[in-house]
Amino acid sequence: MSNAADVKQTKFYHYHVEAGGKMVPFAGYLMPLQYTGGIMQEHLHTREKAGLFDVSHMGQLVIEGKGAAAALERLVPVDLGALAIGQQSYATFTSELGGILDDLIITRWADNCFFLVVNASCKEQDIKHLREHLDNLDITYLSGQSLVALQGPKAKIIIGELAPAANELLFMNGCRTSIGGIDCYVTRSGYTGEDGFEISVADENATALADQLLAYDDVQWVGLGARDSLRLEAGLCLYGHDMDRGKSPVEAGLSWSISQSRREGGSKSGGFLGSDQILKHLADGVSTKRVGFVIDGRAPVREGAEIVDDQGNVVGVITSGGFGPTLQMPVAMGYVKTDFSAVGTKLDALVRGKSRAMTLVKMPMVPQRYYRGD
Amino acid sequence: MGEKIYTRDHEWLDITDGVATIGVTEFAQEQLGDVVFVDLPEVGALLTEGDEVAVIESVKAAGEVNTPLSGTVVGVNEALVEEPELLNSSPQKDGWMFKLALDEGYDISKLMNESDYQDYISANT
Repeated sequence: MSNAADVKQTKFYHYHVEAGGKMVPFAGYLMPLQYTGGIMQEHLHTREKAGLFDVSHMGQLVIEGKGAAAALERLVPVDLGALAIGQQSYATFTSELGGILDDLIITRWADNCFFLVVNASCKEQDIKHLREHLDNLDITYLSGQSLVALQGPKAKIIIGELAPAANELLFMNGCRTSIGGIDCYVTRSGYTGEDGFEISVADENATALADQLLAYDDVQWVGLGARDSLRLEAGLCLYGHDMDRGKSPVEAGLSWSISQSRREGGSKSGGFLGSDQILKHLADGVSTKRVGFVIDGRAPVREGAEIVDDQGNVVGVITSGGFGPTLQMPVAMGYVKTDFSAVGTKLDALVRGKSRAMTLVKMPMVPQRYYRGD
Repeated sequence: MGEKIYTRDHEWLDITDGVATIGVTEFAQEQLGDVVFVDLPEVGALLTEGDEVAVIESVKAAGEVNTPLSGTVVGVNEALVEEPELLNSSPQKDGWMFKLALDEGYDISKLMNESDYQDYISANT
């Protein structure tokens, strides 16, 4: 999407290099694929302790103005009016044809103000989309904010010491708080399946915040490689791979993210881009859907591999796959014809002309450990 | 073992009596990252220089290994089936991949000695 000369760095670039980060261009930024520990070690560290992720490449946006909730509801199948202040929701930007333009997290900051975190690779397109459809609202791209995620079972101990108020948050809630004198917006969310936090901080304070977190022995940097294997085990979609314009939220297995009130018969039924098609998918079912697999043996099955039944008929395709360090076996997700989507179904993936036996499993493959209260 | 020779694709060969033991270099294993699976050739496979002979799967990606010379596979390192991580911990010894009985008249003039290989890596990183 950009020339090498345009590749941006985040405020943590020198920290990554110092930690041995293997820097790769990703969505217009030079980001750490992995550090000296390697993907396996970083993945396991996150599941056992606390991983620190630089996700500053993601887009942070604020949408503000009278009627912001109702206006944004035309773009996402979520009941934003029902969100309490500080509460978050996962959402998809739907297309007019019922596909997915991006997925995002929306946090209500005030009655008429929402904070959005969108994918790095989609952010320019998202901003254009928002400006096109929300011409009466102020849309601000927070270009001066960094974003880090602290993920794993030790995260709550660390945040409990540094920002006790944030440690009271339940999963998918956020608050403005101070961490060692640095103003931050902290949410209890993430992309690993673990309990954890995402912290938005002004660029000028970004490294000072990281210093406080990295002062803990249990905290280490974790790169994009482990971020991908962690989210895969947690059954979480990656935009552009496990979902795109060609898939509806129902096909993508994201029906849970469509609020009841936005469905057929709900108080705010439909009224979002592509709602006719998407509500039809909910009512009538879909012919293909996203499912998870564990693979026999040790050989990973990767994106693009065809899925075949025992007769050799192609019944689907893998959209994400790799080795799951926590499970110590290869895991994957992909789309299959609905007739083949029952848990326990045995199918094969074709890898370099060889069949790899796999079993369709319930997602997540590794239990999510979100904090929803004691 | 004799003196190793190296390819531009970061494989090493150790040739004794017309049989080459072949694996990937320390540099290659660093690039690959944590290896989780090695797809080895069948013993008896007839290979022509450049043929894909093995695939190394790391957590990150799949890397193909093409045979640097023509010949017949006469042995594979079965230890890699159970312990693919040997390819990370000992790529140039315990993590060898396969043995190839080289075709008559094989030509190693395009391959590099240790010192030339080190220069090659330095020039390309």
